[in-house]
Amino acid sequence: MENPEQLLRKGVHHEALKQGAVKAVLGGMAWGVVLIALLIFGRICWDGAPVLLKPEFPFVDTAFLTEKTETLHVFDDASGTRHSLPASEYHGWVEKHGAESIFNETTYSYSGGGIAGPIVGTALLTLLSIVLALFFGVSAAIYLSEYAKDGAFIRWVRLAILNLAGVPSIVFGLFGFAVFVLAAPVFTDTPSERSLLAIPLGFTWFSFQGWNSSLIAGSATLACMILPVIITASEESLKAVPQGFREASLALGATRWHTIRKCVLPFALPGILTSSILSLARAAGETAPIMFTVAVAAKDDFPWEGATGPLGVLQSQVQALPYHIYTLAARIPSSDYTQRAQYGSVFVFLLMIFLFSTVSIILRNRVRSKLKW
Amino acid sequence: MTPQTLPTSGTRNGLSSAEPAIRVVDLDFSYGDKQVLKDVTLDIPANQVTAFIGPSGCGKTTLLRCFNRMNDLVPGARVTKGAIVIEGANIADREVDPVQLRRHVGMVFQKYNPFPRSIYDNVAYGPRTLGESKKAALDEVVERSLRRAALWDEVKDRLDDVATGLSGGQQQRLCIARTMAVDPEIILMDEPCSALDPVATARVEELILDLRQHYTIVIVTHNMQQAARVSDRTAFFYLGEVVEYDTTRKIFENPEKKRTLDYISGRFG
Repeated sequence: MENPEQLLRKGVHHEALKQGAVKAVLGGMAWGVVLIALLIFGRICWDGAPVLLKPEFPFVDTAFLTEKTETLHVFDDASGTRHSLPASEYHGWVEKHGAESIFNETTYSYSGGGIAGPIVGTALLTLLSIVLALFFGVSAAIYLSEYAKDGAFIRWVRLAILNLAGVPSIVFGLFGFAVFVLAAPVFTDTPSERSLLAIPLGFTWFSFQGWNSSLIAGSATLACMILPVIITASEESLKAVPQGFREASLALGATRWHTIRKCVLPFALPGILTSSILSLARAAGETAPIMFTVAVAAKDDFPWEGATGPLGVLQSQVQALPYHIYTLAARIPSSDYTQRAQYGSVFVFLLMIFLFSTVSIILRNRVRSKLKW
Repeated sequence: MTPQTLPTSGTRNGLSSAEPAIRVVDLDFSYGDKQVLKDVTLDIPANQVTAFIGPSGCGKTTLLRCFNRMNDLVPGARVTKGAIVIEGANIADREVDPVQLRRHVGMVFQKYNPFPRSIYDNVAYGPRTLGESKKAALDEVVERSLRRAALWDEVKDRLDDVATGLSGGQQQRLCIARTMAVDPEIILMDEPCSALDPVATARVEELILDLRQHYTIVIVTHNMQQAARVSDRTAFFYLGEVVEYDTTRKIFENPEKKRTLDYISGRFG
């Protein structure tokens, strides 16, 4: 066929080469990221899975999940056999064989037993902080989206909330320490000496002396940290509810609050839950905000042990997985005997966040399927 | 303000002496600085269908939304002069509670907007809002409203199905039933058929004609044939003013103003 001007010709066009190069670079980046992530997760699973999983039924080492953290004692006995025993079993062994039959003893803190304390602590912290953040965040979002008149002030408020999302978590930690641990108000019969302000109420005192390092102080700090994300996302979800629902409800003689409760909030719920799933993982994973406000490296009892009622639980300190991982990595020397606790904790932590997210997503999808429009 | 102190405008529009359901007196309305209604005066008679026609942006929907204070939702929107009297009260007054007002003045919207809940819950929403919780009473209201909306026979076996699964025309009739469930005296309809096909439109129009005996109906429409078919009286709006307001027959067969004639004969608009 004649094609004198050669507008369409065979062969590789130089544009195509450029396009291919761009695609290759972009693709390489994406796959590179995936590869790095896979390497990290692979390493954690490779070393962590054997701690938690075992070849015979029930395939999970439940002791690691249900036992408290203990010091690991490693020593030789008289015949030269090497033993590694957690503190509780070690004392029994010493009683049976006598202290004189122990040689070359080394101890590794936090490396024996299980990690039930940190698991429970993280679960409580995450749950409580998400509940607090949802309550305050959704309230604020409802105000911003449904009541506030758009003006310069509200725009500043929105900007401030967005900026809050970018504040480093250690700053939140210090904020929580200054506000919740040292200055938050409590009702008490005997105000502490470092109380900033104690107001007598007759039967008791209203004292600004802080909540000390406690579950409630830590949860409040974490809640502050995830609040901006929850507010912003909730506001977007509320705005996405069709205006027609509001108008229809109002036109039927419903009050504004009734309309929000029955015709706006339920339909914004899936979006709000999606945002809280992301926040959940973040709250569970942060170390800095809890370091000063709640977390302790070692604790021998669960928060409810020795606590007087639910208030006592809120006032207790807890261990938390991210802080525990930090302690294991930074405070104790790494050796063959500590690796079990180190990799095991990280692996369990990953599983736990995965579980949280999965449950939240299932919950969200159920809500969503029920409230579709 | 009481109706006694208001100038009687009934005779100007050639109305009978019966008390009008809605009386609009010298109404000015603005969105911020933009005035959208100027000196609107008209009486809407009870138990009749009154149609508002006019080109887009002429203020007819704004006026409709004044009747149940839906404009309160729009920032900066306000009545700057005049009064709207419904049941002896000037409802343009900010002190009148819009929640109370809307129980007397229902509204059906341009885009059918049932809640994505069951058919039953949609109709029962209004009564439940008013505090009715007895199952028997709710059942009765739902059935009566759906029957009135000529929808009962189509949906009686699937009241628990999600309302958004109905056809467009059924959804709009469901919205009308939902409005009727709170027993208003006046029903406002903002282009209720603009999202419907001709068959569904015909059914809704039939329904409007039926409902006239129970309710005062005000309908905004872009479809002049529709205004001619369903309404007893028609008001023609242009640039925020009422150009002509008379019986539908008069407006469509022998309008007084040239502009009205131009509009209904399709020469502009």
